[in-house]
Amino acid sequence: MATVQSAARPAAWTALWGGAVVAALIVWASYGTQVDLGTLASAEAWRQMWTYASRLFPPDLSPAAVQDAARGAVETFAISLLGSVLAVLIGLPLSLLGTRSLVFRGLLYEARPLPPAEKTLRVLVFAAAKAVLNVLRTVPEIVWAMIFVFMVGLGPFPGVLALGVHTGGVLGKLFGEVLEGVEPAPLEALQATGAGRFRILVYGVLPQALPQLVAYALYRWEVNIRVAAMMGFVGAGGLGQRIHIAISLFHEHQLLTLLLAIYLIVTVVDAFSAYLRARLL
Amino acid sequence: MTRIPTAPPADRFAASRGKSAFPWILTAAFVASVAFSLREAQVQPGVLFDRQAAANVARFVAGMFPPQLSPDFLALMLRPAVETLQISVMGTFIAVLIGIPLGLLATSSLSWSGVLHERASRRGRWLLGFVPYAVSRAVLSVFRAIPEYVWAFMFVRAVGLGPFPGVLAIGVAYGGMLGKVYSEILEGVGPRPLETLHAAGASRGAIVLYGVVPQALPNVIAYTLYRWECAIRASAVLGFVGAGGLGQQIELSMRMFQFDEVLTLLGILFLLVAGVDFVSGRIRARVA
Repeated sequence: MATVQSAARPAAWTALWGGAVVAALIVWASYGTQVDLGTLASAEAWRQMWTYASRLFPPDLSPAAVQDAARGAVETFAISLLGSVLAVLIGLPLSLLGTRSLVFRGLLYEARPLPPAEKTLRVLVFAAAKAVLNVLRTVPEIVWAMIFVFMVGLGPFPGVLALGVHTGGVLGKLFGEVLEGVEPAPLEALQATGAGRFRILVYGVLPQALPQLVAYALYRWEVNIRVAAMMGFVGAGGLGQRIHIAISLFHEHQLLTLLLAIYLIVTVVDAFSAYLRARLL
Repeated sequence: MTRIPTAPPADRFAASRGKSAFPWILTAAFVASVAFSLREAQVQPGVLFDRQAAANVARFVAGMFPPQLSPDFLALMLRPAVETLQISVMGTFIAVLIGIPLGLLATSSLSWSGVLHERASRRGRWLLGFVPYAVSRAVLSVFRAIPEYVWAFMFVRAVGLGPFPGVLAIGVAYGGMLGKVYSEILEGVGPRPLETLHAAGASRGAIVLYGVVPQALPNVIAYTLYRWECAIRASAVLGFVGAGGLGQQIELSMRMFQFDEVLTLLGILFLLVAGVDFVSGRIRARVA
């Protein structure tokens, strides 16, 4: 009994301290953002929100509005899909170069160590790949979008590029973690049969990593369908652009139609991706 | 300790191999959608390599260096940087306030089925359990399917510019995600302790408090922290629609073609994100 108590006490203290720190953070943040939870929960605030929400109804279901929303949804879908494909094309090679255990260290290099000059070169390649992934990931999609609009002009194409480049950085990191974490036993077995590095990669590492890699790519596609809509705010078409216009011009009924469209497409992509991931893993 | 292999692991797939057309259909659909999307998104890789694009990039890159590091500018950017952090904290807090009650209601094992409700009447279960369950699931699904920047844009219209709409947007969109994941975590709680408590005659509240919460808490904390990491990134982006923080400054500098300022701002953003990731990662490693 005594041991249980003495083990529980530090945990209780940690919880208390953690709670106090979190509470202080929240007070500080609410002060800085001028958010008053009291006002937020007040009847007046709810009434205002209700007024705004009720102004949206009914949705504009005239053929023209529905057609416009459908076009936006198709564009958004196209941007998200191509952005995700481009992201895999960027992220996969960079992640292979950015994985220590594949490039210069560990099991693959036990039997035949690298000559020092080549090892230095490989470490440099590894570091460069990591640095590139960091830059791609750090710059938010929307900033990439502005950069690409600056480069190639308005339209959905810069949206595709922005999604591909940023998500490429994210996927590169996630892929790297998967590749680093594969079971070593099959690789050892392959090495014992005399397989070279490339064969170990193709027959040992990739088959183990593949389901997880595909699952991550699908997961990012779910994220990207939401982000693809945002690209419209910087002039890259899709639902975002239409939502922007509808909000700015107070076209509330059309706005609701567009919101329904975005809800529909996001939910469908989420469900489809979840189904594929469940089948895969 | 030696494991005797009974069957090669490949046998797991033998039954489905050859019979199923699924992979082929999937591949065909994928290729068709990509081809369709290439046309739909007006992809012209050639544009990337023409002289105009190269000149634009050169102008952009040349403009970025050296980054704007004058003390005046840095001092001016301190406030937006702090604001971004505060938006992420406050947004996550509101998301938790929304996510916990809705997540609890959206958990079928808590609201209408399973060991907690064995003794409830069928009608009571339907009215007091299933209806709130279905409603809260629907609300959560709407909250998370509308992206946070669309929420932000609507809230900017409703309450004006500044950090407040950013906080609300993160709160609502992430509240939807947290609620869903909380309910999945609660649903996945091991049933044994609950049945034991039930058999010992514990009330419903006691079962939740002593059986469900202790099992779920580490995962709930870890996922909330992960969402906070996402929130700091999101709060930077929300500025682009006028919701305060670093994003608003990046947008301004971008529009003024002050690329040296953009580089500095991206550097600040990187430090903020890395700092939050580090803190959150440390806590997550300890909790889980």
